[in-house]
Amino acid sequence: MAYVDDAEHEELHEPTSFYAKYVWSQDHKVIAIQYSLTAIAVGLVALVLSGMMRMQIGFPGSIDMDSTGYYQAMTMHGMIMVIYLLTALFLGGFGNYLIPLMVGARDMVFPFVNMLSYWFYLVSVLVLIASFFVPGGPTGAGWTLYPPQAITAGTPGSEWGIILMLVSLIIFIIAATMGGLNYVTTVLQARTHGMTMFRLPLTVWGIFVATILALLAFPALFVSGIMMLLDKTIGTSFFMPDMMQFGTQLDHTGGSPILFQHLFWFFGHPEVYIVALPAFGLVSDLISVHARRSIFGYRMMVWAIVAIGVLSFVVWAHHMYVSGMNPYFGFFFATTTLVIAVPTALKVYNWLLTLWRGNIHLTVPMLFSLAFIVTFLVGGLTGLFLGNVVVDIPLSDTYFVVAHFHMVMGVAPILVVFGAIYHWYPKITGRMLHDGIGKLHFWITFLGTYLIYFPMHYLGFLGMPRRYYAYEDYQFIPDSAQSLNAFITVVAIAVGVSQLLFLFNLIYSLFRGKPSGGNPWKANSLEWLTPDTPPKHGNWGESMPVVHRWAYDYGVPEAELDYVPQTTSGDEVPVHESDLDE
Amino acid sequence: MLAQTTLAPVAAPRSRFQRRSASAKTGLHLLMAAISSMFFLFLLSYILRSQVSDWEALSEPWQPLAQTGQLWINSALLLVASIAFELARRNIDRPQQGNSREFLWLAGLSSFGFLVGQLVFWQYLTDRGYLASTNPANAFFFLLTGLHGLHLFGGMFAWMVATYRLSVVDKNLDSKSISLAKLSVELCATYWHFLLVIWILLFALLSSSPGTYAAIAKFCGLGD
Repeated sequence: MAYVDDAEHEELHEPTSFYAKYVWSQDHKVIAIQYSLTAIAVGLVALVLSGMMRMQIGFPGSIDMDSTGYYQAMTMHGMIMVIYLLTALFLGGFGNYLIPLMVGARDMVFPFVNMLSYWFYLVSVLVLIASFFVPGGPTGAGWTLYPPQAITAGTPGSEWGIILMLVSLIIFIIAATMGGLNYVTTVLQARTHGMTMFRLPLTVWGIFVATILALLAFPALFVSGIMMLLDKTIGTSFFMPDMMQFGTQLDHTGGSPILFQHLFWFFGHPEVYIVALPAFGLVSDLISVHARRSIFGYRMMVWAIVAIGVLSFVVWAHHMYVSGMNPYFGFFFATTTLVIAVPTALKVYNWLLTLWRGNIHLTVPMLFSLAFIVTFLVGGLTGLFLGNVVVDIPLSDTYFVVAHFHMVMGVAPILVVFGAIYHWYPKITGRMLHDGIGKLHFWITFLGTYLIYFPMHYLGFLGMPRRYYAYEDYQFIPDSAQSLNAFITVVAIAVGVSQLLFLFNLIYSLFRGKPSGGNPWKANSLEWLTPDTPPKHGNWGESMPVVHRWAYDYGVPEAELDYVPQTTSGDEVPVHESDLDE
Repeated sequence: MLAQTTLAPVAAPRSRFQRRSASAKTGLHLLMAAISSMFFLFLLSYILRSQVSDWEALSEPWQPLAQTGQLWINSALLLVASIAFELARRNIDRPQQGNSREFLWLAGLSSFGFLVGQLVFWQYLTDRGYLASTNPANAFFFLLTGLHGLHLFGGMFAWMVATYRLSVVDKNLDSKSISLAKLSVELCATYWHFLLVIWILLFALLSSSPGTYAAIAKFCGLGD
């Protein structure tokens, strides 16, 4: 078999020095951990910022934060969470770790570019963090950075903060592109023998399609970032209109702020799915493994991922209903937005049908997965409200929107991140995370996030505006709303602090965790079948795995065990009529 | 229940080099897709911005782009580079790699000439007071030609790698070094053809009349 000979004769060039192994590493597993740790570290900064904002809203004046500080915290919180935490963690972290292992490759196809990708990402994070220390502080323009206010005096950080933010984003996009080329090419070109596209675990499908979205959508942010940077630094007028500032006419003329909004959201909406699709993929695998059931409607799930990816490019202007647009455009974008609910609902039904009559093990990863389904459903349903122009316009500037996007794009993906870390930590370290601490962490996080975000829907219906830094002395906001704000703050702080449990668990279990063995969850996909745990450089030792089936043969009556790994041949476990069309 | 238990038909086993070569080509195609997305969005922005009244098109009869002589020379240089890469690619399978070395040098030199020519035109504009900050049409001109130039400049590193690999072939005529050199030249040729197409689009758009912009804008539903 020539293919095996070939892979076995590959030179592995295992690094020997400490620096080559752990710092300037080209091993996808090390790069994945570097990406993940950096993302979690910068995510903690964003978590602290949200705690500070909540203190200001719940207990005004309790901490030293003025409106400038509030807007800076809000902007940095949003940008860090969406781009530097979630995108980096799902693609750079999980993508890097799981793609080569799940497709049966020794590494990414361009290991050097992969290493560069991480270092560019690190530089982008450092530039972003540096903006806390420049005169005027970080930008407070809101995470959408709308011009003209983002670069006009009066907005916090309009001197240096916005420049560093834009530079950081541009570097991040270069990093994401280098990573993205690797992930897609690896899936297309480096699959092991027998691993057809329709035998890939859904995790790989989710990350694969999300990466294609990233490659096509990030250029929109790049384009808008470059043009705004030029408006700010050399005085061009791409986005800056004729305007007065403090009584003087600015030099800018005729620029189009709406153009920026179109470009931003042409990136911004696919970005939602750049985060959501990997989460869909990961959670599908978690549910299947921990319910001991083959995933329901595998091909339907794949096509749903692809359909969501395609549709995500034609819905962007639903973020701009209140910016003013031709009513026909509004109608078009409302329709496409509602259409995207079809493949999404299909995925939710398939998860439920996978669970149906499954042998559900309420492990920590499963708890997080179940919580994800519920949370995604809640957040998705409020998305149907907001997708309609007539409903969106009164609700757009209220806490209803804050509740919606935190549920669907904040809490839901983070629940998957936690579930996936509890699930794959044994493969990464060779030890189990502590189960008791994990369950405590889960219940506080799950119940806590509902106590935080559920009430915000009601505050939104009440008309409480978002983006205000204090809610005292507004006649239309009753005292009861302020009591609710205080309550939300208390819970938010508790949930925030409880994340230390998770960090403690990560470190504690690294040294004291129960040894996991190679396949603690009795899973089928290739990453659990490596000869070593954690996998060594080159992943597969002497011989490459050969794949004979899909990754979802669980609860098989004919098998000796209740699962059949992907490498088990048809001779060993009998062939059943497939419910999938070949 | 059980599905797809037999070995699925796969493509004939590939050598390590074939896989590397296929990966490099896929990677380049993806990169070109991302770059296309970027230029496409820039061009849409260009059309939209051109419909605001302060836009002073560089292509009006009294403006610098009414005389496109320099840009035609630059275009010819880029075309020569692209053709030279293509000829280098076709020659490399011949005995002693045919004339691919000469064609590679021609490609590099004319690409360099293109970049210098673009800078000369920039100088021409700035000398006459056409700065990026004075009009959005100027700003777009500098931005689009600048980004295109940067991508070509980045490609020059790939050209250096190709030249180096071809020079290695002179010393040891093993199949590995020939395959590597061939792959490099192929990738360069593809990338240069791509940049040539992007340049033709940019050149056509930048030198079009304001009426053309208005027509495109109207077609896209962007104009008044």
